[in-house]
Amino acid sequence: MSVDKATVQRIAHLARIAISDADAERMQGELNAILGFVEQLEAVDVEGVEPMTSVTPMTLRMREDIVTDGDKAADIVASAPDTDDNYFLVPKVVE
Amino acid sequence: MSLTDIRTPNPKNFIAGSDGDWEIVIGMEVHAQVSSKAKLFSGASTAFGGDPNSHVSLVDAAMPGMLPVINGYCVEQAVRTGLGLKAEINRRSVFDRKNYFYPDLPQGYQISQFKHPIVGEGEVLVELKDEEPVTVRIERIHLEQDAGKLLHDQHPSKSYVDLNRSGVALMEIVSRPDLRSADEAKAYLTKLRTILRYLGTCDGNMEEGSLRADVNVSVRRPGGEFGTRCEIKNVNSIRFVGQAIEHEARRQIDLIEDGGTVDQETRLFDPKNGETRSMRSKEEAHDYRYFPDPDLLPLTFDQAFVDAIAADLPELPDEKKARLIGEYGVTPYDASILVSEREIAAYFEDVAKGRDGKTTCNWVINELLGQLNKVGTPIGESPVSPQQLGAIVDLIGEQVISGKIAKELFEIVLAEGGDPREIVETRGMKQVTDTGAIEKAVDEVIAANPDKVEQVREKPSMVGWFVGQVMKASGGKANPQAVNEMLKAKLGVE
Repeated sequence: MSVDKATVQRIAHLARIAISDADAERMQGELNAILGFVEQLEAVDVEGVEPMTSVTPMTLRMREDIVTDGDKAADIVASAPDTDDNYFLVPKVVE
Repeated sequence: MSLTDIRTPNPKNFIAGSDGDWEIVIGMEVHAQVSSKAKLFSGASTAFGGDPNSHVSLVDAAMPGMLPVINGYCVEQAVRTGLGLKAEINRRSVFDRKNYFYPDLPQGYQISQFKHPIVGEGEVLVELKDEEPVTVRIERIHLEQDAGKLLHDQHPSKSYVDLNRSGVALMEIVSRPDLRSADEAKAYLTKLRTILRYLGTCDGNMEEGSLRADVNVSVRRPGGEFGTRCEIKNVNSIRFVGQAIEHEARRQIDLIEDGGTVDQETRLFDPKNGETRSMRSKEEAHDYRYFPDPDLLPLTFDQAFVDAIAADLPELPDEKKARLIGEYGVTPYDASILVSEREIAAYFEDVAKGRDGKTTCNWVINELLGQLNKVGTPIGESPVSPQQLGAIVDLIGEQVISGKIAKELFEIVLAEGGDPREIVETRGMKQVTDTGAIEKAVDEVIAANPDKVEQVREKPSMVGWFVGQVMKASGGKANPQAVNEMLKAKLGVE
């Protein structure tokens, strides 16, 4: 499996990362090298082995249904470039 | 995924086109907000309203380094909902990241369940008046996060973002494409809402957005291959679901009949003009790049956890309905109204215990619910208590008052309160069963209308007119049955 330049551009766009044509070409090479490594893993027989999503022998911890957080709107929006009345402001997005 | 069709086409649901009939196929994805105090992965409040960004933790705002910790109560409610829909419960499920960019989604991904949802296949029984019940198959229920809210009308060039809703737990309940008309779709959503409210897992408040539906609509020739569907997003009332389906089906039929094809797309319903419109102008195929969320381990629980929830389930609408029909002799249709809200059924049973089920049912549905619906009062706040309504039903049964007077009495109790028996006494509403007094009124009416007396010999049904006159003369208090019998005897009609 390998990716072409258009796919690289598309992946970058999905991640909202702007890359130049030259960058895309370089990254195409890097990504294909990575995919090459991954391909080697396909030689391993994983028949009947469940996909592993974690390496820790733990089960998911659960929280009680109690309100313990909130009431800090000023902190929440503190780093935002533009705010009004503790709302975040973003360029208008209307469907 | 292959789609199977379990329905037999019903001509009642067909829509006439210019060259033959069409059938609508509908499936729904319902987002039901879990009625929890805190969010799915944070300790911030889920309360509706609240100042902007006041119910937001650093987790909900996706600040770097914050980690989600799941709310056990939300897990329990999803399992409870699954059991209520007779669905299989998956004791191991996995949370995935659904990646996309939008200002209401600070993480850049929604934590959802893709491949391994917490609840698998179940069913909802949908009933329409005078029709065979329809079993709608549930494909799955998964847990996911709600997004924030955007306000577009505050500023000419900016959108305002409030994350209070961001991270609130939703159950997405996905149906198979088993619905065939707008009425069926409305009945399905109504039934689902009723079940959720019985279970207490979602308050079903559509105005506050606790229950929202994405409606998948396609059209086809009756019984034919499934057509291409359009998804109408975020419809927030049962009435709008009906309107959106009617409009969308018509649009697709017109499009196909004019030689066009339906594009699979997302559309929005506009309640102002009752139309749907395309939502994304430059539709780019969605590529959510789902993958297991590395911040969360698989969600697992043992059978004992499921069993404990199952043991605690309330009597659900279908079972309650069957019991009311069996115990009180009410009709299936009346029973479905009584069980539509748990509180209505409870009220009915309070009154019906030890009384006639059918009479009680008529009073609860026709008089009480009729009046309460008119003013929009829920039955829990009814000004007429079950004891008061019970007394009215008793007074009719004991023949102390007639049915007509009972309605007046009901109006008085509704408006002023008080003990129905006392009101009947103090206001002289008792039915006159004294034959002397009735006879006097009967004689007077007969004497005053010699022409009608002539006519009634030709046409015995005219006796009803005499009954009416006597009842009027007695101020509605004469026992109508006694009046009827006496009139028939005196007029010589059978």
